[in-house]
Amino acid sequence: MPDRITGEMSVEENKLEAIQTLNKHTGRVWHVSWHPEGKTFASCGEDRTIRLWSMESKNHWVNKVVLTEGHKRTVRQVSWSPCGNYLASASFDGTTCIWDKKAGQFECNATLEGHENEVKSVAWAPNGKLLATCSRDKSVWVWELVDDEEYDCAAVLNAHSQDVKKVTWHPNSEILASCSYDNTIKLFQDDPREGDWACQTTLEGHLSTVWSIEFDKAGERLASCSDDLTVKVWKQQDHVWKCASTIEGFHNRTIYDISWSPTGCLASAGGDDGLRIFKEDTDNDETTYKLIAENKQAHTQDINSVAWNPVDPTLLVTCSDDGDIKVWHFE
Amino acid sequence: MTSRGCESDHCCQQNPNPVVKEKGDCKKDSDETSKGELVISVFDNKNVFELIRHIMDPEHPLTLEDLKVVQEDLIDVSDEQNYVKVNFTPTIPYCSMATLIGLSIRVQLLRCLPPRFKVTIEVTPGTHNAESAINKQLADKERVAAALENIHLITVINECIPARSKG
Repeated sequence: MPDRITGEMSVEENKLEAIQTLNKHTGRVWHVSWHPEGKTFASCGEDRTIRLWSMESKNHWVNKVVLTEGHKRTVRQVSWSPCGNYLASASFDGTTCIWDKKAGQFECNATLEGHENEVKSVAWAPNGKLLATCSRDKSVWVWELVDDEEYDCAAVLNAHSQDVKKVTWHPNSEILASCSYDNTIKLFQDDPREGDWACQTTLEGHLSTVWSIEFDKAGERLASCSDDLTVKVWKQQDHVWKCASTIEGFHNRTIYDISWSPTGCLASAGGDDGLRIFKEDTDNDETTYKLIAENKQAHTQDINSVAWNPVDPTLLVTCSDDGDIKVWHFE
Repeated sequence: MTSRGCESDHCCQQNPNPVVKEKGDCKKDSDETSKGELVISVFDNKNVFELIRHIMDPEHPLTLEDLKVVQEDLIDVSDEQNYVKVNFTPTIPYCSMATLIGLSIRVQLLRCLPPRFKVTIEVTPGTHNAESAINKQLADKERVAAALENIHLITVINECIPARSKG
């Protein structure tokens, strides 16, 4: 691959170092998700389990909890509620489980059913009262917490024409975003005029499946990554979301996930086993992203998920088809 | 992966008279597989072909090699770069079983190749009218993974893959 690193700062000046490899899962690990306080993260995978990891001493993460009773098939994604008291898990078995610790230890106290087949993603709204799920059945569902442990379906959104890969919420307004095998990203809002959830915007530009999307902490930028080997950063201009930058020429296989750091760096990872970190370059008139760190063999197989610690900008986690979870230190 | 394609029984004999490769051609390398397993140090298109040539076509009592669905010279391998690409040629351009055939090839290679390999399975360009849709499905590992958890589908695939070459 051509050396695309430009600018004054070389990649070597930034340190990206694996500080621990965790290998408790059997088979592919699909997803890692940080607790909002950043002291615990959850992982899930092909072995149908959810594992919770906490730091026992400096740079030493330990698997404290294993949740095995929730799902009959692969657990594709896990997501913590903003308050940190609930954990949601989406599974190929078509259900979403809500876990809480009311009885002292984590138990599945609600199961959301309705999707026709594999649930691919689940995400909590910032207010903690709404939850979104999506599925291969092409639909996005919005769920409302009506009672302590009761969730009602508030909307079924059939805007995508294919398998929906991921849902995520804007951090400080009630905008729900989804991305799909149909190559698009869609933004939904509860339209007060209609009194219902509706697709407000469709972001087109990716040439193949969009695997993941995430808003930055301020909600000003939306990053997306795709099977077309690019990462795109979308920004609002005159109330319209537009593609502001395309990062290409780095990954040479599908990019499965991206994550914003608390300080605005962007990590990307995927099928080429590589982990890369980019930073917005504001020197030019045109917004570009500069590669500031990379590890081309971060894992020995595809990386499925990368998650930056929500509090500590030097800490991130990845997980892979090779069965490992890695904790990384970045400086 | 749609499970629809394989749940139907009507799929058989869509192409009742497929071109069959001359017998004799396929006997050459059979010594290697008769032992039941292959010990391969360096992978090339020849031994990758060996891994998939005995897969049965879901429609005919013939192998993918017999039907020229897979051919040695349509396999590209770089052992050093952990790269395997297999092009397969459906017997007819509207074959509804093409995705299932591609999936069988993928499953067999998943079981037999070391996990370091990045495997791409695609329809030979210009040989199927839904070529890009099939290629996209076969490249989507999440859908492949979900399909392989479908008991019905994995049973159908296992019937296509001869027991002796299972990993």
